[in-house]
This record gives sequence, C-alpha cells and structure tokens, in this order.
Amino acid sequence: MAESELSIFLLALLAGAIRVGTPFLFVSLGECLTEKGGRINLGLEGILVTGAMTGYAVSYLSGSPWLGVLAAGGAGLLLGLVHGVICSLPRVNDIAFGIALILFGTGLAFFLGKDFIQPSAPMLPSIPLGFWSDDTRVRSALNVNVLFFIGVALAFVLHWGLRGTRWGLVLRLVGDHEDSAQALGYRAATVRIVATGVGGFLAGVGGAYLSLYYPGSWNEGLSSGQGLMAVALVIFARWQPINCLWAALLFGAAGAVGPALQAVGIGWSYYLFNAIPYALTLAVMVVTCRPDRTLSGAPGELSLNR
Amino acid sequence: MLKPWLGRAAVLALPVLPTLLAMLTTAVLFVLFLLIQGQPAWQAGPLVFEGAFGSLFAWENTLMRAAPLMLTALCVALPARAGLIIIGGEGALVLGGLAAAVTPLWLPALPAWPMLIAMGVAAMLAGGLWIGLSGWLRQKRGVNETIGSLLLSYIALAVFRHLVEGPLRDPNSLNKPSTPPLDGGYQIGVISDSFYVHWGLVAGVVACVLAWVLVRYSVVGFALRIVGGNPRTPRMLGLPVDRLVLLTCVLGGAAAGLAGMYEVGAVQGSANSALISGYGTAGILVAFAARHNPLAIIACAILLGGLEASGGLLQRRLGLPDATTLILQGMLFINLLAWEALTSRTTNWRLWLRGHWIAAPADALTGKREARHG
Repeated sequence: MAESELSIFLLALLAGAIRVGTPFLFVSLGECLTEKGGRINLGLEGILVTGAMTGYAVSYLSGSPWLGVLAAGGAGLLLGLVHGVICSLPRVNDIAFGIALILFGTGLAFFLGKDFIQPSAPMLPSIPLGFWSDDTRVRSALNVNVLFFIGVALAFVLHWGLRGTRWGLVLRLVGDHEDSAQALGYRAATVRIVATGVGGFLAGVGGAYLSLYYPGSWNEGLSSGQGLMAVALVIFARWQPINCLWAALLFGAAGAVGPALQAVGIGWSYYLFNAIPYALTLAVMVVTCRPDRTLSGAPGELSLNR
Repeated sequence: MLKPWLGRAAVLALPVLPTLLAMLTTAVLFVLFLLIQGQPAWQAGPLVFEGAFGSLFAWENTLMRAAPLMLTALCVALPARAGLIIIGGEGALVLGGLAAAVTPLWLPALPAWPMLIAMGVAAMLAGGLWIGLSGWLRQKRGVNETIGSLLLSYIALAVFRHLVEGPLRDPNSLNKPSTPPLDGGYQIGVISDSFYVHWGLVAGVVACVLAWVLVRYSVVGFALRIVGGNPRTPRMLGLPVDRLVLLTCVLGGAAAGLAGMYEVGAVQGSANSALISGYGTAGILVAFAARHNPLAIIACAILLGGLEASGGLLQRRLGLPDATTLILQGMLFINLLAWEALTSRTTNWRLWLRGHWIAAPADALTGKREARHG
C-alpha cells in the first residue's frame, strides 16, 4: 500500500514538474534573453498576468485558444517594448521600472479582465502520451501540453541562436560590453529594446499557458510570483537557455509537492507546501551567489552584478 | 520684464518639475484610458478629489490609509539611502502584525501601556529581523536584495497564513480565520472623537521626521550617503558598510512591522488575512515618488492614501472595478520613473538660470538669445 502511494506521489510529482514548470520555462527563457542584453526586467510578473488575461479573453471571444496564445504574446511584446524604450532613457533604473510594470500589468489585467472571470474559454489541447496505460492516473499524468514541447524546442533554438548566429553574438556583446558594441557600430539601446520586447512576448505566452491550460481559468489569484521567480531561476541557470529548461522542471516539481501530497491524502499545512518554490529559490540563490565575485556567465552590463 | 525673483522661484521649482510632470501625464493618460473604455472620464477626476479630500470623513479615511503607507515607505526609503532596493515590506508588515497580536496571549496580564509597548517592540523586532535578513543575505552572501526581499516576503505571507489558519487560530473565528481578538484595553484608540484617525498617523509622522533627522543631520546619515553613492569609496574610507546597510534594513523593517501592529491594534482587532492588503507594495510607490526623502514621504503617503480612499467612491458612483486604483498607481509609478530622465537636464537648466537670470538680470535678454543660438 505504502509503495503504491509512493509511486502515485512520484508520478504526480513528475506530471506536476512538466505542468507547473512550463510557464516557468517560457518566462525564464524570456528573462534569459532580456538579461543577455544587459537589462533586467522584473516586470515579467506583470506581463505574465496581462498575458494570462489577454489569452483567456481572446480565446473566449474568438473561440481559438491558439489565437489567444498569440494575442497574449502580442500584449507581452507591447509591455516589453515599453520597458525597453523607457529604460533606454538616461537615469531610469530598470529594476525600479520593473516593479512599476508589475503594478501596471496586474492592474491592467484585473481591470480589463473583470468580465472574463465567469465565462469559460476553449482550452489548449494536450497530447495523450499515456495512451499505453490502462491506469487513468497515469493517463492524466502523461497528458502533456503542446506548449511544453514548443518551449523545449525553443530552449534548444535559443541555445544555438545565442552561440551560432550573428544576432545572438550582437546581443551577447551588447550585454557584456556596451562600449565594444558601440565601437563596432551597433546601437545598444535598439538591441536591448528588441531583446526586452521578445522576452515580453515569451512571458506573455507563459501567461496564456496559465489561463488556457493549467490551472486553466482566469482569476485574480492566478499568478503566484512565477514571473519574479523566473528572474532567480535565470541566475540559477547561469544564463544558459538549456539550463533554464532543467531549472524550470525543478521549480515545477517544487511547486507540485503540495498538490502531489494532497493526492495521497496529506493536506495539512497547505500554505507551507506552497511556499516551497520560494524557499527553494532563496536557497538556490544563497548557494550560487557570492558577494566578492560575479557569477560565471553573467552578462557584464547587468545591473544585478554592480 | 524678467524679474530675478522669478528666476529664483524657477530654480526652487526645478527639482519638483519631474514629479509634477509625472502627475500631469498620469492624469492625462488616465483620462484617455477611461475615454477609450467609454467611461465618463470627466467625472472621475473630481470624484477622486472628493473621495480623498472632499470632506472631514474623506480626510479621516485618507489619513487612516496614509499612516501605514508612511511606515512601509520608510522600509523602502531607508535601505535605498544605502543603495538597496528592498520591496518586501508586505512580509514585514504581516509578521509585525502577527507578533503584536500574539504578544498579549503569551505575556501575563499587564496594564495597557506596558503591554502596548511590548506589542510595539515585538512587531518592530519581527519586521526588523525579516528585512534585516534580506540585507544580511545581500552583504554576506551576495543575494540580490530586491529578489531576496520579495521571496522572503512571499515566505512570510505563507507562514502568516499557515499560523493564522492553523496553530494560532481562534476556534471561535468561523468564516474569517484569525487569531484571538485583542482585549479591549489593548486596542489602540483614535486621536479624538472629532478627528477619527488612530494613533498610527502620529507614529508614522514621528517616524518619518526621525528618519529625516537621521539621514540629514547625523553622522550615520552622512556615511549612508557615501555608501549609497558608490560601492568603493566607503571601503577606502574604512566605513563599516555591512553594519550601515544592516542598520537601514533593520530600521526600515521595524517601521513596516510597526505599521502591522497599528493595523492589528487599531483597525482589525486581531491578525487575519485582511492584513494582506497591499500596503507594502503601495509603500514602494510612495518611497519612489518621494525620492526616498523621509519628509516628502509624509506628503506622498497622504496623496496616495487619498487615491486609495477614493477607490470606493469610484466603484460606487461610476461602477469602475477596484483595480482602477491599481492601474492609476502603476501609471503614476511608470511616469515618475520615466520623467526621472529629465533630472539629467534640470541640473544644466538650473546652472543656466543661475548664470543668466539671477546673477545678471540686465543681461537676461542676451542670455536668452545666446541660448537660442546654442
């Protein structure tokens, strides 16, 4: 009996890692791209919520969840561009502006999303990888959303793109040493604005996953700081897109511990189990950061390191 | 035609110019936003004013909200003096409130005053420790304080909810889990019956004035300015950087914890989830709007308190959702930061004004012509 409970727990954990980790993956890839350019965007949290609302609303109004995902990305792109443009002005602190964007993004989403809390929108489809099993629990656990595979592919594409393409090299140059990029004739501000915009697009898609797949509804308590944890996650992943994938799965598993324990009947201290991802993030940062030296792989222009 | 006193007034007004422009742009953008929504935008402005400062009742409501904002803004402004961006004030506030709420349960029965002091000390200790931990992690372990303090705040909220709905829950609080209610004698009253605002307002103003004296006139404040300005200079001077940073964090956290105590003692009567109402987040906005100047925090907290107080009126009269004030706050924050870019120009403008308008008023016209050529 105990053994089957353990296997249920592990199965729920694995399924949860993928299910909870997918938005982490998208947001952290977006943040990774932004930070490679030397900016930090804490506002991805606000973009995530706006994306969730936009995705849900467009999916409901148009009947197509994929159009919703695209619209969510578009909303994220716009907010990301705002961050990129305004932080290019002199004396504007990107961390502070990120906090402002969190307020604005969540406010915007709550304001415009009031009418979409009740109706139910069409959801994103998933691929039944558990077709071989008779156990319904295995089947439901192995229902994996298409966006997860897109995210995994994206991690590998970005990994290659940052190393092997002209665009990737320019972005890394701007992020590592602005003066050299300037000397070579690249406009650092433009490159950063584009990177922040694309990062916002990815965060918006991550938000659409939240409202259109898991948990799969739009309400005001939908996001629980995933956008901010993604910032820490990128540090943990040492600014490597492929590491972002593993880190996102780890964080997803941490977020799934609470629900997985509930699946086997342990329901006490629900709130404490939900805090595991935060504690894990903090622990990871304490272990990986050092006050006297910057981390290997950290972009040199990042205000985080100064 | 161009009077020197006008020039002097312009020089004095220049530092406030970005803030004024930010408020103006926010108002314009907000009206535009409402117009796009098809809302009666022209009624919103007067309503915000009416709900915030239109009557004695509105003033009381505004000041009641301004009190915790002053304290949570200090939680951002004091560490900012040392160059840290701390955004975890919400966590310090709820832990402070919880500490204040359980102190009377764990101490023997005391007269009101000693008990209130004990509650205040407990609240300040809890808040100070929590934000101090963020500062310590940043100085000793290199953990970015913005992310660190926010994660600690999330953890604090989880611990708070767990304790209030679990071990510390009053079995009699059925549909709204809370700690046992404070004994009537230990509740914090209002300043007077004709001015229905609790004593937290006085605490907030006093804390801001004390903080202002600290950063403006004390040796510690002078050292802080060096620490906040540049990371290398203070080390060369041999200043105890770590201790100074920790001090600002602990003091800031203590202020936020105190805000929690007043919310519990004067508003809620016990620690419950109504304590998590965004005062910590709004405090960040207040501190940035005040440019981390403790005296300016008093004014900014009253303004923002008014904005929040008018939310109810907007909701009732215009049927706007409660997120309206959140949008307004976000717009204001964005504009404040964006107009900050102007400060790189205002210094030049001030020099120009000094040189051409005040010092040599007779040459003002030629100065103007020169500027046009330049």
